[in-house]
Amino acid sequence: MAEIEGKVKEIISKQLGIDVGQIKLESSFIEDLGADSLDNVELVMAFEEAFGIQIPDEAAEKITKVQDAVDYIKGKLG
Amino acid sequence: MEKKRVVITGLGMITPLGIGVEKSWNAVLAGVSGIGRITRYNDPNLPVQIAGEVKDFVPEDYIHPKEVKKMDRFIHFAMAASEMALNDSGLKITEENAERVGVLIGSGIGGLPAIEHYHKAYLEGGHRKVSPFFIPMLIINLAAGNVSLRYGAKGPNSAVATACASGNHAIGDAYKIIQRGEADAMIAGGTESVISPLAVAGFTIMKALSRRNDAPEKASRPFDIDRDGFVMGEGAGIVILESLESAQERGARIYAELCGYGMSSDAYHITTPSIDGDGAFRCMRAALKDAQIQPEQINYINAHGTSTKFNDELETMAIKKLFKDHAYKLAISSTKSMTGHLLGAAGGVEAVFSVLSICNNIIAPTINLDNPDPLCDLDYTPHKARKADIEYALSNSFGFGGTNACIVFKRTIF
Repeated sequence: MAEIEGKVKEIISKQLGIDVGQIKLESSFIEDLGADSLDNVELVMAFEEAFGIQIPDEAAEKITKVQDAVDYIKGKLG
Repeated sequence: MEKKRVVITGLGMITPLGIGVEKSWNAVLAGVSGIGRITRYNDPNLPVQIAGEVKDFVPEDYIHPKEVKKMDRFIHFAMAASEMALNDSGLKITEENAERVGVLIGSGIGGLPAIEHYHKAYLEGGHRKVSPFFIPMLIINLAAGNVSLRYGAKGPNSAVATACASGNHAIGDAYKIIQRGEADAMIAGGTESVISPLAVAGFTIMKALSRRNDAPEKASRPFDIDRDGFVMGEGAGIVILESLESAQERGARIYAELCGYGMSSDAYHITTPSIDGDGAFRCMRAALKDAQIQPEQINYINAHGTSTKFNDELETMAIKKLFKDHAYKLAISSTKSMTGHLLGAAGGVEAVFSVLSICNNIIAPTINLDNPDPLCDLDYTPHKARKADIEYALSNSFGFGGTNACIVFKRTIF
């Protein structure tokens, strides 16, 4: 499961152009990591692509922090 | 109200000849061709395999890595050339002057490569494969939009899409904005990057492009009898236009004055220039009128000179009609013989070349003019650059749609 966390942080780092070290589980994409609403959409698409899953819009809207993404993906991959 | 005088205080460019003004200008003076085989994609079925590609451009050198993917390449070029021009001018955009500095950048086509890419993604994977940045990366005004965002320029912000005349219209419109007192400085010019299979296919099927695949560096040959179409180039040319007062107040270096702008429409055909060069003639005449000078005062014309059969013949005809005997005395050249045709960026790039011609009293050559077309019998500065005293230079751009824009630069010593 730590693997998922690492991969999620790596994707965020690449998409938002920030160091992995700056990304914490409690980080909010918009408030802490400098993302805007379009970055969020792209992040969700990148998660879908990387983990081979579908994240419906209703679920995507609730993913505002790194932890939310990790939890959702873990749940999906169960 | 008295019209403000407008001067050029900064230059920036990216062309197939090099990244930066110095590299491009030196290559032009040396008569080097920037045309080669297309490396960006491989489609052996396309009859046209050559273009003027910009080599070794790293967008991250100019744009934050996170932002790079939100822009198609034409915006990358605009960002880079604007940075060069602003640095060159020394103009600082601050809270105090922000509302007095604007941006006006043209592009003929915008983000067609992005459209190709995401159309394919959409067909293969549906709407969820289309980037949320797809629209902002391709729309033409996002070149000017991103530049204003980067520097906090809060004055007039606009874009021009008049095909191959876009760069000239952008610079001309920006000049008028300053002249009217609506801004003190404008970041203006053109940008283009559409060396992509679909764009090349489109221009190819119109028979607009040279097919001289076996000798790319010989393919762009304006005014030569063996010319067989234009060669697509890419890049950007940006100038910093400033009111004379603003430039003098901050002790800026002044390259030249922008003193005339003319526009016209052929109202003849969607792609073929009016048969007697009438649109071009009226456009040049309007630019000279705006500059309040006589035809005899023009020393140099940076011609549209695309290397297509129609343009070069009809532009020559228009020059003869306007300048009469003086047409044979003034110097003309087509820098497209070296850069290829940068479409919406052409006016921007050629404005920079025209200004540098004035500052350095030197005329860039028209290369590959081995056998002049008998219908093209003026002095096009063949093969080699040469020294000349230039007080006034005229730069021509004519676009599909029969849209024309000409601008006049003046040597200025303060």
